[in-house]
Amino acid sequence: MSDSDIVQDFLVESYENLDRLDRELVGLEKSPRDRDALASVFRTIHTIKGTCGFLGFNKLEKVAHVGENLLTRLRDGQLTLNPELTTALLGMVDAVRQMLKEIQSTGQDGEIDYPELRETLTRLAQVGPGAAKQAVTAKPRAEVPSPTQGKENAPARSKDMALSSATGLGKPAATEAPKAVKLEPAPPSGPAPEGVPGRSEEPVMAKQEDTLGAQQAPESRPREAVAETIRVGVNVLDKLMTLVGELVLARNQLLQISNTVEDPGLQAVSQRMNLIATELQGEVMKTRMQPIGNIWSQFPRTVRDVALGCGKEVGIEMEGKETELDKTIIEAIKDPLTHLVRNSVDHGIELPDDRLKAGKDQAGRLILRAFHEGGQVNIEITDDGAGLNGDRIRKKALERGVINAEQAARMTEHEIFNLIFLPGFSTAEKVTNVSGRGVGMDVVKTNVEKIGGTVDVQSTRGRGTTVRVKIPLTLAIIPALVVTCGGDRYAIPQVSLLELVRLEADEVGKGIELVHGAPVYRLRGRLLPLVYLNRELKLAVDENAATESDGAVNIVVLRADERQFGLVVDQINDTEEIVVKPLRKQLKTVKTFAGSSIMGDGKVALILDVLGLAQRASVIAETRDRALTEKAVEAAAREEKQTFLLFAGPGDSRMAIPLNTLARLEEFPVAQIEMSGSQWVTQYRGQILPLVRLNVVLEERRNKLRALQAPPSPDSGPIQVLVLNHDGRCFGLVVERILDIVEDRADVRSSATRAAVLYSVVIGERVTEMLDIPAILRSADVSASLPGVATRSAEVAN
Amino acid sequence: MDQTSQFCTFYLDKLLFGVELKAVQEVIRSLDMTRVPLAPAVVSGLINLRGQIVTAVDLRKRLELKPRPADTLAMNVVVRSEDGAVSLLVDEIGDVVEVEETTFEPPPETLRGTVRAMILGVHKLNGRLMHVLDIEKACQMIDVPETIGVGR
Repeated sequence: MSDSDIVQDFLVESYENLDRLDRELVGLEKSPRDRDALASVFRTIHTIKGTCGFLGFNKLEKVAHVGENLLTRLRDGQLTLNPELTTALLGMVDAVRQMLKEIQSTGQDGEIDYPELRETLTRLAQVGPGAAKQAVTAKPRAEVPSPTQGKENAPARSKDMALSSATGLGKPAATEAPKAVKLEPAPPSGPAPEGVPGRSEEPVMAKQEDTLGAQQAPESRPREAVAETIRVGVNVLDKLMTLVGELVLARNQLLQISNTVEDPGLQAVSQRMNLIATELQGEVMKTRMQPIGNIWSQFPRTVRDVALGCGKEVGIEMEGKETELDKTIIEAIKDPLTHLVRNSVDHGIELPDDRLKAGKDQAGRLILRAFHEGGQVNIEITDDGAGLNGDRIRKKALERGVINAEQAARMTEHEIFNLIFLPGFSTAEKVTNVSGRGVGMDVVKTNVEKIGGTVDVQSTRGRGTTVRVKIPLTLAIIPALVVTCGGDRYAIPQVSLLELVRLEADEVGKGIELVHGAPVYRLRGRLLPLVYLNRELKLAVDENAATESDGAVNIVVLRADERQFGLVVDQINDTEEIVVKPLRKQLKTVKTFAGSSIMGDGKVALILDVLGLAQRASVIAETRDRALTEKAVEAAAREEKQTFLLFAGPGDSRMAIPLNTLARLEEFPVAQIEMSGSQWVTQYRGQILPLVRLNVVLEERRNKLRALQAPPSPDSGPIQVLVLNHDGRCFGLVVERILDIVEDRADVRSSATRAAVLYSVVIGERVTEMLDIPAILRSADVSASLPGVATRSAEVAN
Repeated sequence: MDQTSQFCTFYLDKLLFGVELKAVQEVIRSLDMTRVPLAPAVVSGLINLRGQIVTAVDLRKRLELKPRPADTLAMNVVVRSEDGAVSLLVDEIGDVVEVEETTFEPPPETLRGTVRAMILGVHKLNGRLMHVLDIEKACQMIDVPETIGVGR
């Protein structure tokens, strides 16, 4: 074993020990008399101190040494753990961790030797309370004798710190005590034991056992700790994973072949192969699995620090610690979870006084739950705090222009709550050093979504908040829907999949409608924008392919960033577990694909990146609720172009409406226009469509009546009508002439100069009036209330 | 003889090219290829090389030669680049040749454009010239938009 190997082992071991220290110290704060825990803490620090002395990390050793002194007094009952002491000890743990990092990167234990920390620790160790405390703590010890404590030093001896710390080594393993005492005096003075040179190996051995013992300490006594686990490099596991991936592919191929060959022998073998491969895959996946408790274990410390920082009392409970997740996912989820936990303590749970007033326990509860559900892992972070304030969020969202008033009114409480995940959205009234700094829930959401997960928040006012994170078990092998388009297969990750819709040939005509050329499908009454995969991918459209499948249309309903859209593909094949292989650098720029995979027949298929595809097809920027995302990402929104319909109003004035408010463009011959009172109407798709004349709406008041009552002049050409849908009412707006559809940023605006106009805007470098459709409707209703028209027009409208 | 190196040669539109033998992983016949829509035009597609997914680059397009006649199947020269294995699609495989350093000459000044960057130089063989291809340059195409076409 070379020196660097020893250092490496020391680092790995020490990191693990430190993580446990955090946990144990926080636990100790609650039950300061837990002697086993105290002993374990002591052992850990002692081991680090001893080993780093041996390895020559003197600064680290110094810090550990003063910490150990303090712990000695604690262990011997001369001091009782209080928050001050705990904070100091945790500070020491942090310092040690920092130095270990230093060692890891530079091989040296750094320049800083933490004089203040050491002074604090020394001071705390000295101001030990007197004999009274000692007596109290001595008592339980006598009652509960344990093998470990039996070997501990008498309190009196701890006055001599050096001696006491030295004898401490013997503690974990009772039988080793004498030998350890002999060896120990070395560490404080220098790297190598002063004793017989040949024995220099021994301290290490002793210490390793020491650590093993420490890990087992609370449950079982150290000696019988047998190595039932071995450390395996992550790269070995990764390699195994790749190979199993290959095996799964080979199995898929074999299964396909065996289905076409009539050979009972082959069938049996391939079935067996199938079972074995599946099981092997499961087992190998397991090796990469880690219990979520591994990252949760640091949360008691986090919660303690945050709670202390903002003067709260918070207890943390954990359920389902043993729930396992793939290593890569564990790593990816660590930061988001930490943020959520801090957030819950900082914002969720109220101050003790407020809690008492609200009739709750003084101490808040934070509950972490993890469980498997439907091939995914659910992680819930629940607090029993004040809950989210829906009104405040709504107000804030309106203020920031994240949503408009109409949306605010329409959104459910649940939807409102989920606004907190939008970028730059913090309702924290004051910025603390913990949260409210702007980087927040949106980062959580982004990170979770990066690994294919989702975040959701539920809250009851005054009762608490639950944030639920759903994440896949693994990233390496995912279930996917395989579709065919233009003769090639594409895989769509199942997480984005909502449902499949098949329109038979005779339904296609009326099923798929056009909003000025943009195809949509009415899915349970809501318009679902359709994206044709072959067009998006610029595949040569093979007309025959469409007719082959009887002209039926297959729609894969997908979700991308809260938006839904329908992806039209030639054929839907099957769902399959696929092994994800990243794309090479040459293809990284193609945002439409998330990776590639090998299909059962050995051919390569591309995995669609649903988000990338949606962006390419502008689904995300084009749907009705676009304001939601658009305004949230304000800077980006400025760049965002909108599509407008340009038309000529009365007097050839240039006007526009956003294209998404438009249902259809129609042209009616004058003969088709009928009069219902003074209201123009026409029969349209089996309904009576009221026609609002723009020239009447915009006419000055005194001329309005005359203009209104004017019948269509029979010799004029067909009229141009924009069919609009507003609030569930369909009506036609009669305009002079349709001009164009343009895409523009439309960010140069001035206020309106007349009624029924929202504002003037520069579109296509010319000033254009943007119509206010609700105002036009109101105005039309005003005219409808004119004598003799009221009732009939009301009937029409309904 | 210490100044010699071995090249794997192949033909593209009757021109002789060579890549250093030690960079070549294997040479295989035409394989099933999956096209990658929206990718740079020089990317012919992805092939499954025993479980490894390899990008296939059409060298004719990359070197701005005229397209391969539809009736000829391309051969795959799989080379190891910095970014993993890449398959170069060529017309026909030639011999492995051993050349001496002395026969090498850099490309003439009159060879210009993007192609020049990909051709390190030529070896003067008996009766013909072997173009030495810079594999890394040939496999790089992140900067090449999908619009690159033949003969530009």
